[in-house]
Amino acid sequence: MTPVEAAQRKFERVNEIIEEHGREQSALIPILQEVQAEYRYLPEEILTYIATAMGLSVATVFGVATFYAQFSLSPKGKYVVRVCDGTACHVRHSMRVYEAIRSKLNLRDGRFTTPDMMFTVETVACLGACGVAPAMVINDEVYGKMTPEAACAIIDTLLNRDGEN
Amino acid sequence: MSVQQTVVIDGLSVPIEGERNLLELVRKAGIDLPTFCYHSELSVYGACRMCVVEIDKMGIVASCTVQPQPGMVVRTNTEQLRVIRRTILELLLANHDRDCTTCDKNGACKLQELARRFGVQDVRFGQEDAGLPIDRSTPALVRDPNKCILCGDCVRVCGEVQKIGVLDFAYRGSDATVGPAFGKCLADVDCVQCGQCASVCPTGAITIHSDVDRVWKAIHDPKMKVVAQVAPAIRVALGEEFGHEPGWAAPGKVVAALKSIGVDMVFDTCFTADLTVVEETAEFLERLSSGSRERLPQFTSCCPAWVKYVEQYHPNYLANLSSCKSPQQMFGAVARRFLGRELGVEPENLYVVSVMPCTAKKFEAAREEFASDGRPDVDAVLTTQELARMIRETGIDFDKLPIAPFDLPFGVSTGAGMIFGNSGGVAEAVLRAAAELLAPEKTSEIPRSRLVFEEVRGLDGVKEATVNIAGNEVRLAVANSLGAAAEVLRRIESGEAVYDIVEVMSCPGGCIGGAGQPSPSHLEVRKQRTQALYDVDTMQMLRRSHDNPYVKALYDRYLGDVGGKKAHSALHTSYGTRRRIAGEEIKFSSEEVDGKLDVGVCVGTCCYLHGSYDLLRGLMDRVARHGLTDRVDLHATFCFEQCEHSPNIEIGGSIRGNVTEEDIDEVFEKEIRARLVE
Ligand code: SF4
Ligand code: SF4
Ligand code: FES
Repeated sequence: MTPVEAAQRKFERVNEIIEEHGREQSALIPILQEVQAEYRYLPEEILTYIATAMGLSVATVFGVATFYAQFSLSPKGKYVVRVCDGTACHVRHSMRVYEAIRSKLNLRDGRFTTPDMMFTVETVACLGACGVAPAMVINDEVYGKMTPEAACAIIDTLLNRDGEN
Repeated sequence: MSVQQTVVIDGLSVPIEGERNLLELVRKAGIDLPTFCYHSELSVYGACRMCVVEIDKMGIVASCTVQPQPGMVVRTNTEQLRVIRRTILELLLANHDRDCTTCDKNGACKLQELARRFGVQDVRFGQEDAGLPIDRSTPALVRDPNKCILCGDCVRVCGEVQKIGVLDFAYRGSDATVGPAFGKCLADVDCVQCGQCASVCPTGAITIHSDVDRVWKAIHDPKMKVVAQVAPAIRVALGEEFGHEPGWAAPGKVVAALKSIGVDMVFDTCFTADLTVVEETAEFLERLSSGSRERLPQFTSCCPAWVKYVEQYHPNYLANLSSCKSPQQMFGAVARRFLGRELGVEPENLYVVSVMPCTAKKFEAAREEFASDGRPDVDAVLTTQELARMIRETGIDFDKLPIAPFDLPFGVSTGAGMIFGNSGGVAEAVLRAAAELLAPEKTSEIPRSRLVFEEVRGLDGVKEATVNIAGNEVRLAVANSLGAAAEVLRRIESGEAVYDIVEVMSCPGGCIGGAGQPSPSHLEVRKQRTQALYDVDTMQMLRRSHDNPYVKALYDRYLGDVGGKKAHSALHTSYGTRRRIAGEEIKFSSEEVDGKLDVGVCVGTCCYLHGSYDLLRGLMDRVARHGLTDRVDLHATFCFEQCEHSPNIEIGGSIRGNVTEEDIDEVFEKEIRARLVE
């Protein structure tokens, strides 16, 4: 699929999702969930479109999208890397792991997502994996006892895996 | 025999008489429980918890959320309740910009008042200053989110009364805010600038965008001749700012006060309201007799918030709006065009100030339709509140001011012009005029039935009436708030009702309930102001706009015939569609490539409802089928401001409207493919 076709397909999906769930306000959260699964985040113009299609005020849709932590309004990469900065991980130098990944992926200043939309790197308050601190999670998979080197190796594996496809 | 049902409140037995909730009952008992998030005319939110009481067997509850039950035993003043209230206040103050001395709301802020009432002397929690940007994007309002206490009053007034929903809560926990979508400023969203949110906001988080400094500057400029016009609703409300009862009618005081602060001449907007009635009635009778219902019902257009609402939400009714300028802008037009000449002043040295009950009038005055060569006809708009501030600033003793009359030639008006300030007033004024035009009265005595139309009076949301005028049935509706207007439009669209004329005022009660009026401005206050304006009308010798001799003189000297060419160029205007929200389009191509043909399909509300998504899909299919995806930059966009022709498609810069699914093949072949093959 070319990027143009992919973008069109996603937008068609948005319309299908709305049709499937109907236009009652109670359908908003499931609609946002599914739309986010398509785009990996909720773009502003798509939220405006959803509000238009459902006959809701845009402010209301924006309010719901920002209320739940599961929704993201900024683009996320294919791999979302979250390095834990809870107390247990912090004292075991999780921030060194975080910095190592950032510099490997060339993320500077306010950037958290790589320009090719492959990686988003963030910190998180506590993953609840204090037993294996320092911990990080990539999408849904938890990695414990991280060192900067181990983390970079995992990133390399993912980069290679995608390169093959 | 029925036994009186009662609740015991602090040891006193208080009868239940249909109160909406326990809070109202407590207040009836003479105890002023504090609240931030309670408004008798809005839904109950129950979030601020200031109204807590202790009920036997129930414990501590927010009284606004509880129904009074017979036999309840309620305490409003216990140690624990006091601690709760004070802690809430301290928490609010901790997150609040506490620069009270420079706040616009200083002296009128509920948070400040309650902090004083509860003797809060220090705040135990650290101050957190998020330093959020202040929104001064509209001429009407200023939003300072740093002063917001998240009571949600504005959210509910905009959503429930106006049924627009510009504002809502966003984010959560300590990051929670209230504001427009995506953190945009008010000018970039569908806010109609009615200001009702400002009038319910208990703090300085939404306030009126002040023109006071600009007006002082003009007053102190020796070159400028400063003239003011005063809207009808001011004369029954300004007194409230100086301790008088609502409805204390004092036009002479308003004039005197304006003169004393340095305004050179003071005129009456009721005069141009008469002018509006004369033009608007002629327009109405012309539409009525045209034999076509195309531009019926005729909608009034004197409320700028309503006009903006139609532009954004109901562009299919733009042609139904009366083309008459509002009284404020008619005044601006005649002042700029003729008054300078009359007074021997260069038009550019004439500084025109309006005193209005309304924030949307500031928006109206700034519209480009009402400016010639870049200079607006009305230079500045002051609200009732701003005028009061200017009077206080001078130190003039308002009560001791001797009254003064309006100036000529624009200072004489009839009762019809005065009731413009009430919901139903414009409709009634037009009915008075229509009655006279359709069947002129033979005697000089005018029967009351031709002057007073009770059906359109009162504070109901939607008022409907069928009035028989000289054998003609005129069906009318009066909408009192934009929520009510939406309901009237729904009735029209569903075929449930047919009207010939529809009056809409965005603010509850009409202009007397405008957001620029003194606070509080709740139902009881609005009733008193309304009655006062009707009383003022009853006292007039002249109660029909056509009888205004100065209006006649204006036509004779400058305007020619009613509804004629000269009158049209000075007193009429037209409106266009307006997009609701600024923002990006939905792009379907990842990179910009030069030389692509730009094709945009509008998915804004009107176009969406007219099936534009199907058009978009149809084009996507065809573009892909012919392998043109690299050469066509297809995107979905929000609003070309051509909503009356929806659905719209833009191809290579030119917009084509009213496209149907059957047209897609032709559009694709002739306008897209043909161009690319060339
Ligand atoms: S000014 Fe009126 S339309 Fe705008 S946000 Fe406030 S209540 Fe809503
Ligand atoms: S802006 Fe005013 S009315 Fe709206 S939530 Fe904040 S404090 Fe309440
Ligand atoms: S007034 Fe009852 S909780 Fe705010």
